[in-house]
Amino acid sequence: MAVPEKLTDTLETLEMVPDRNERIQLLIDLAGRFEEVPPRIARRPFGEEPRVPACESEAFVFTEERPDGTLDFHFAVENPQGISAKAMAVILGDALSGAPLAQVAQVPTDVVYRVFGRELSMGKSMGLMGMVGMVSAMAKQRAEGKGV
Amino acid sequence: MSNIESRGYARPEVLVSTDWVASHLQDPSIRIIESNEDPLLYPSGHIPGAVEVDWTRDLNDPLRRDYLGREGFEALMRRIGVTKDTTVVFYGDRNNWWATYAYWVFQLFGHDKAKVMDGGRIKWEKEGRPLTRDVPSYPASEYRASERDDTKIRAFRDQVLEHLKSRKPLVDVRSPDEYTGKKLHMPEYPNEGALRGGHIPGAASVPWAKAINPDDGTFKTGDELRSLYENDAKIKPGDDVIVYCRIGERSSHTWFVLTNLLGFDKVRNYDGSWTEWGNLVGVPIER
Repeated sequence: MAVPEKLTDTLETLEMVPDRNERIQLLIDLAGRFEEVPPRIARRPFGEEPRVPACESEAFVFTEERPDGTLDFHFAVENPQGISAKAMAVILGDALSGAPLAQVAQVPTDVVYRVFGRELSMGKSMGLMGMVGMVSAMAKQRAEGKGV
Repeated sequence: MSNIESRGYARPEVLVSTDWVASHLQDPSIRIIESNEDPLLYPSGHIPGAVEVDWTRDLNDPLRRDYLGREGFEALMRRIGVTKDTTVVFYGDRNNWWATYAYWVFQLFGHDKAKVMDGGRIKWEKEGRPLTRDVPSYPASEYRASERDDTKIRAFRDQVLEHLKSRKPLVDVRSPDEYTGKKLHMPEYPNEGALRGGHIPGAASVPWAKAINPDDGTFKTGDELRSLYENDAKIKPGDDVIVYCRIGERSSHTWFVLTNLLGFDKVRNYDGSWTEWGNLVGVPIER
């Protein structure tokens, strides 16, 4: 199963920036575009169900169904210093919203390393991979519910 | 939070306030160092004049699981323009977790002109103090380091086994779920890097962040810390104590608290921690 095309494009764009500092700058700019989940989707307290397991930045993932049955993904990041989580949220929200559910369900969690490189702490890796895993799991759950 | 001097610490001079840092930004005898878990934070803005010391690129051996050696440390100090006379002041994200890790590694090389900014990055930010994206450049320094001394504040697995046999105190600073081993059994969690869950038998559980005031990231008072470690965990300043976590970073924070704030004489950080112990064949584990 192919990775959603837009995610492939995003990863290839990032990998075209081999200089670590330039890539970090790109990711910081992405984090600056982070928009929290709108109140029509979710309000605080968010509860435990949408909480990303193992994410120390206290990230939450929410979905909104599109008319075509695909999902928009929305995020909240409670840690004001969770800048990597915000960058990851922007990447996942941009690249996976509206993508075929079966493809989103297959996105491997190690895309985190293609985005951030290998120089991540175990805790940070776990949290970011948890975000990817949660998005995939939500897509899988919805796809199975629809018999996709 | 009260003044650092009034909090009843054994060595209050190892902590400085955000006010103190703000008034020493131009002091050439001071080098402010940011150490974070999140690699995007320093480049997104830092205290003016602060340099970054990154735990993976700067403090670890690139090949073996070990810290940098003497030559690597000298090169690092030259790069950030630090001499033997420079006082380094660490701060960072996550309640200074990584800042105290860097502080601990610096102590392996005996650079004892070192302090930590109480409250870390979050306090500086909350107070609306200036941040800049300008990365400073300092003239390369001359720095002759001692060989790394792993005997006083670092523990290895065989020493932990001996410690265990002698029934000396251990402190596990991980979360309660890691301590009980529950976390490894939660299938939605990514691989923790250890094959077995639980803790080293006899270790007291004191999660590292209990030493921190959650509102502003500052350290708790001496009395509060003594209650936590001496009353609850039953360890005393004269004890021979080993602390551990998953890879030795969170436990360096507890090492800092016990050594500097409570004045414990002999605290060693077992940096192999659970990623080593939880993978060792035949060592005792408790749940």
